[in-house]
Amino acid sequence: MTVPFLILAVLTVVGTVAAMTLRNLIHCVLALTLSFAGLAALYLQLGAQFVGFVQILVYVGAVAILAVFVIMMTRGAGPGLHPIFSSFWTVGSLVAAGVFAILAWAICASNLSSRILPPQTEAAVRPIGDALMHQYVLPLEIMGLLLTAALIGAVVLAMQEKRRTP
Amino acid sequence: MSEAVSHIDQIFVIFLHWLLGGLPAAARPAVSAIISVIAILVVFALLFAITTVLERKGLGRMQNRYGPNRVGPFGFFQPIADGVKSLTKEDIVPHGADQIVHFLAPVLLVIAAFLAYAVLPIGRNMVLVNLNAGVLYFFAVGSLVELAVFMAGWSSRNKYSLLGAMRAIAQMISYEVPLVLASVVILMAAGSLSTVSIVDMQARYSGVWPHWFLFRPWGFAGFILFMIAATAESNRSPFDLPEGESEIIAGYYIEYSGFKFALFFLGEYLGMFATSAMAITLFLGGWAAPFSFLTWIPSYLWFFAKLMVLIAVFIWIRGTLPRLRMDQLMNFAWQFMLPMTLINIFVAGVWHFMPSGLGRWVLCSVLLIAPCILLIGSLKQQKSTEVRKYRFAD
Amino acid sequence: MSSLTSYLLLSALIFSIGLAGALTRRSAILVLIGIELMLNAANLNFLAFWRYGPHPEALTGIMFAIFSISIAAAEAAVGLGIILAVYKHRRTTDVSTMNSMKG
Repeated sequence: MTVPFLILAVLTVVGTVAAMTLRNLIHCVLALTLSFAGLAALYLQLGAQFVGFVQILVYVGAVAILAVFVIMMTRGAGPGLHPIFSSFWTVGSLVAAGVFAILAWAICASNLSSRILPPQTEAAVRPIGDALMHQYVLPLEIMGLLLTAALIGAVVLAMQEKRRTP
Repeated sequence: MSEAVSHIDQIFVIFLHWLLGGLPAAARPAVSAIISVIAILVVFALLFAITTVLERKGLGRMQNRYGPNRVGPFGFFQPIADGVKSLTKEDIVPHGADQIVHFLAPVLLVIAAFLAYAVLPIGRNMVLVNLNAGVLYFFAVGSLVELAVFMAGWSSRNKYSLLGAMRAIAQMISYEVPLVLASVVILMAAGSLSTVSIVDMQARYSGVWPHWFLFRPWGFAGFILFMIAATAESNRSPFDLPEGESEIIAGYYIEYSGFKFALFFLGEYLGMFATSAMAITLFLGGWAAPFSFLTWIPSYLWFFAKLMVLIAVFIWIRGTLPRLRMDQLMNFAWQFMLPMTLINIFVAGVWHFMPSGLGRWVLCSVLLIAPCILLIGSLKQQKSTEVRKYRFAD
Repeated sequence: MSSLTSYLLLSALIFSIGLAGALTRRSAILVLIGIELMLNAANLNFLAFWRYGPHPEALTGIMFAIFSISIAAAEAAVGLGIILAVYKHRRTTDVSTMNSMKG
């Protein structure tokens, strides 16, 4: 529980809570971007440099922009949906609180605290590349196929329908 | 190299070590980082000031007029006048604007622009942080700029500003893909994502000729593609439709005045310097001298000389080429740049597996030039130049 | 409380906040954002266990996190495409009005 971890954790949680409770959708996405950046910094704390930079490149640089574009296109940034929470919000919050309670109990009741933590290992990029090309080549190729399918699917879904003139 | 020459080359490193000598060992990394960061801030802000006046005078001479020539000898104190103006101008924020986002947008832009300099090796042993994934860090930070542009455009509550921001983001996203793919070729050749090791690989000489990646067919093509994508990423002419002065006034920074406008300007130029510096690191050998008999000139002087040459090329292109239209811009990115970068990666693979000699030079050059001509031909065919039909009211 | 438990608790907290948002907000885009937060929390969990678990040189946690990030990006793209397609017909992104298959 070092000071950098505490600062980053507070930043991330504030961003997350703001992302889920603000009224204006664009503000929600900007708060989400803050929490993504906080998470990327936490990944760097853990020594996973490659994943941290990929997180910024993919999430902040692409997913957040995509969400913002869709908000613009669906007029979500306008006067806003009154009310912002659906009618059975109590049940949803209770479920989420229950999930957190179970997870926290499982974490604290286990013997994880008593383990001796290994020293910091830096994950260089070359072993990641080797692993991707030798051991994990099948998931890599499937990921390529998946991304291609998602690309084509997203374009088809969002395409303008051609007006057929009689 | 003799002792004196290597001392002059490392003079800033020696100076830093001398400054840190009087401190306890615990405080040394933090103070060293702070001093290096202040040095980067000062040097590149100064370079920005010099570039603004050089650009205005250069553009002026290309357009057959003098640039600014009132303030100081030949107008070279113009940045001081510009600075005073932007600091003392009234900071007008529209009443309906989103105050916090409106304030944070230029801040985020300048932060993202300055963060990119952390991995650029400015001289021998003169890099702020030698990250293992340095090139990836550079592109990750570059993608923060798009978010800042959107924040600027949306928070101003102005239709033209939003339109300019959407165009700018579409352009930046489209050209980010060829930018990254053009640098992938170098990563394949160097086998590392660390900028320091990429420059170290290029700092060797075979005879007189350097080992720069520019002097390979795939490196040359990659360099040209990288520079075109870098021009589009920094919204510079001929890709400056989002800030087209004659069309949508100033695009996404219409509603900014005074110092915030100066921050946008600063962020744009810093982005230009950062991508030029990355091009120098990846393709032009970083701080290495072009010929082996010129290595006595200090490494940082070579870096800044190459940077000034690239900035001069940017200014030259701005003064020469007309602006691209939005659909021309997008077609160019997706139908020319992207296939060319992918073919470039393929050609780099072919180069690696062929035996060295004239054969692989010829094959790789042909494999690059033929698709280039074909793709340019297909781009030209989309321009329909028929005789214009006039319709008159009956 | 060791570092590992603090990372796991943070991950559980982010997960449950994302879950709460996905279950209670009306706008479809915010449901998607909640899902993205849950995926991110799971990534944090993977990386915490990679760092503090046995055999960090096997890079299993990092591989999982990389694949998780790419899948999440693909899913976000497709999900937002679906939201756009639904908006074209319904003119709204309010999930509580999309109950025409109910009952």
